[in-house]
Amino acid sequence: MMRGYFWIIVITLLIAATPLLTSSNTFFNFTVVVLIIALAAQGWNLLGGIGGQTSFGHAMFFGIGAYTASMLQTHLGVNAWIALIAAIAAGSLAGLIVGFLSFRAGLRGSYFALVTLAFAELLRVLANASEWTGGASGLLLKLEPSLANMQFSSRPTFMLLALAFVFISLVITQHIVNSRFGAHLVAVRENEDAAKALGVDVLTVKLKAISLSGAMTAAAGVLYVQYFLYIDAAIAFGIWISIEALLAPMVGGRGRVLGPLIGAFTLHGLGEITKSFAGRVPGIDLMVFAVVLIIVIAFASAGILGLLKKLSDRFAAKGGA
Amino acid sequence: MFSPIIIIEAMINGLLTGAIYALVALGLTLVYGVLHIINFAHGATLAAAMFAVWGLNAGFGIDPYVAIVIVTPVFFALGYGLQRFVIGPAAHGDDGNILLITLGLSILIENALLASFGSDTRSIPSDFAFSVVEAGPFLLSSAKLVGAVGSLVVAILFWLLMTRTDTGKAIRAVAREKLGARLVGINVGHVYAVTFGLGCAALGVAACLLMPTFYVNPRIGGAFVNIAFTVVVLGGMGSVPGAVAGGLIIGVVESVSGLLLGESLGQIGIFIIFILVLLLRPTGLFGARV
Repeated sequence: MMRGYFWIIVITLLIAATPLLTSSNTFFNFTVVVLIIALAAQGWNLLGGIGGQTSFGHAMFFGIGAYTASMLQTHLGVNAWIALIAAIAAGSLAGLIVGFLSFRAGLRGSYFALVTLAFAELLRVLANASEWTGGASGLLLKLEPSLANMQFSSRPTFMLLALAFVFISLVITQHIVNSRFGAHLVAVRENEDAAKALGVDVLTVKLKAISLSGAMTAAAGVLYVQYFLYIDAAIAFGIWISIEALLAPMVGGRGRVLGPLIGAFTLHGLGEITKSFAGRVPGIDLMVFAVVLIIVIAFASAGILGLLKKLSDRFAAKGGA
Repeated sequence: MFSPIIIIEAMINGLLTGAIYALVALGLTLVYGVLHIINFAHGATLAAAMFAVWGLNAGFGIDPYVAIVIVTPVFFALGYGLQRFVIGPAAHGDDGNILLITLGLSILIENALLASFGSDTRSIPSDFAFSVVEAGPFLLSSAKLVGAVGSLVVAILFWLLMTRTDTGKAIRAVAREKLGARLVGINVGHVYAVTFGLGCAALGVAACLLMPTFYVNPRIGGAFVNIAFTVVVLGGMGSVPGAVAGGLIIGVVESVSGLLLGESLGQIGIFIIFILVLLLRPTGLFGARV
C-alpha cells in the first residue's frame, strides 16, 4: 500500500526531530551540507541510477541553479522564491538541451559521461570570465534574513527548509519509481535496444529523466547560495559537486530512492570521523571517499541499501525455514 | 590586429606543445583501443609522474631528462600493477564500473598528492628553460623543441613496438578479438596489464619532457585530462596516428585561441571542439567506429 513511502517518512521525521535533541551548530552545518548534496545527488540518481545514464557533469545543473538564483536576486532584485522557480526551470531546460544534443547523437556510457563533463567545464570557464556572474570574484548575496528572502538566521530552520526540499525530491522519485515512466526508465537502463523493440520511446524517456534530473540538482544549487550567500565559478561548476552527486548514490545504492540520502550521510560522516583522527591534512576526506567508491564497486555494487536488502532477505529466509 | 609573425610563432609554439599533448594522449588512446575503457585517472597519473620528476630533482639533483630512465620503468610497473590487481578484479568486466573505478583512482591520487605535497605549485629551476633557438624570424624555446622531438621519437617507438614485436602482435590480437586471443594461448589479463603499463610509461616520459618548462601541483592532472580526452576524441578513440594528429591540432588551437581570446577564455576552444566532435562525429578524424 505504502509502496516505499514508509521509510521516506520515517527518515524525514527522524532528521526533523534532531533540533529537539541537540543545539550544536556544527551538527546543523553538517546536516545542511549533507542535505544539499543529497538533493543534488537525487537528481543524479534519477538519470544515472534509475536511468543508467552516468553523468560526470551534474555540476552544470547545480551551477545553473545557483547562478540563476543569485543573478536574479542581485542584478534584478527578484524575490528569492520566484528566483528559485526560475532556477529550477533553468536547470530543467538545460537538461533538455544537453539531453537533446547528446542523446540524439546516440552518446551512451563513457561518451555521455565525457560530454556532460565537457559542458560543465565549458560553463565553468564562461562563468569565470563573464561580468554577469561576477567573474573570478563571484557573487555575494546581501544578508537579510527573512522568510521572503529564503534566508534564516537560525540554522535549525534552514536545515528544516533543506529537509523539506529533500523530502519532496524523495516523494517525486518514489512516485516515478512506482510509475510506468519509471518502469520505462529501468528498461532503458537494463537494455536500451530491447526497450526500443518493445515500443518504449527511448529518446523521450531519457529527455524526461534528464530534465527532471537537472531541475532537482538546480534546486540544490539554489539552496547552496541561500545558505552560504556566495557563489563563484569553481564552486558552482567545479568537478567537486559532480563527484559528490555521483558518489552519494553509488555508495548508498544507485537507483534506490533513499540511496543518495543514505550515501551522503555515510560518506560525510566518514569524512568527519577521518578528519577528527587525521587532523588538518588537506584532501584526506576525499581520499576516504575514493577508497569507499572503489570498495563499493568491487564488493557491493548495489551499495549500502543493497547490502541491507541482502541481509534482511537472508534473515527472512532463515526465519521462514 | 596581430602581425602574421606573432600568429605563426603562436602556431609553431602550439605544435611544439601539441607534440607533448600527443604523447600524453598516446597512453589514453592505447588503453582505450585495447581494453575499451576510458582511463579517467590518466591526468592524475601524469601529475604523480611530474611530482616524481620534481622530487628526483629536488631530492637527488637528477636532471629531468636523465630521470626518464628511472620514471618510465617505475610508472610501467605501477600501471601494470594497477590494472592487474585493482582495476581488473574490481570491475567485474563492466565498462561503466571501470570508468567509475578510474574516477575513484583519480580522486585518490590527486588528494594523496595534495596531502603529501600541499597545494603549492612547484617547478624545476634551470637555465635551460630560458634558452632559445633562433629560426629565421622566430625564437623557439629549446626545452620545448626537445620535448616535441622526444615525444615524436616515443610515438615512433610505440608504433614499432606495436607493429614489429611479439608483444605488439599480442596486444593487437587482444584488441581485435579477446576470446580468440585467449584460445590461441595469449594471457589476456597479462596483455591488458602490459597495455595499461605502457600507457603509464608514456606518461612517465611525458612528465620528464614537460617538467623543464612546466610546473606541477596536485590539480594539474585535471587540465591535462581535459586536453588528452579532447585529443583522443578528435583523433579517434584507439588510433595512435589520430592521437599524434589530434595533439598537434589541439596544441595549435589552444595557443592561437589563447593569443586571440586571452588566457582565461582561451580554454573554451578546446571544450567546444570536444563537444562538437562528440556530438557530430564521435568516431573522430581517424577512428573506424565507436
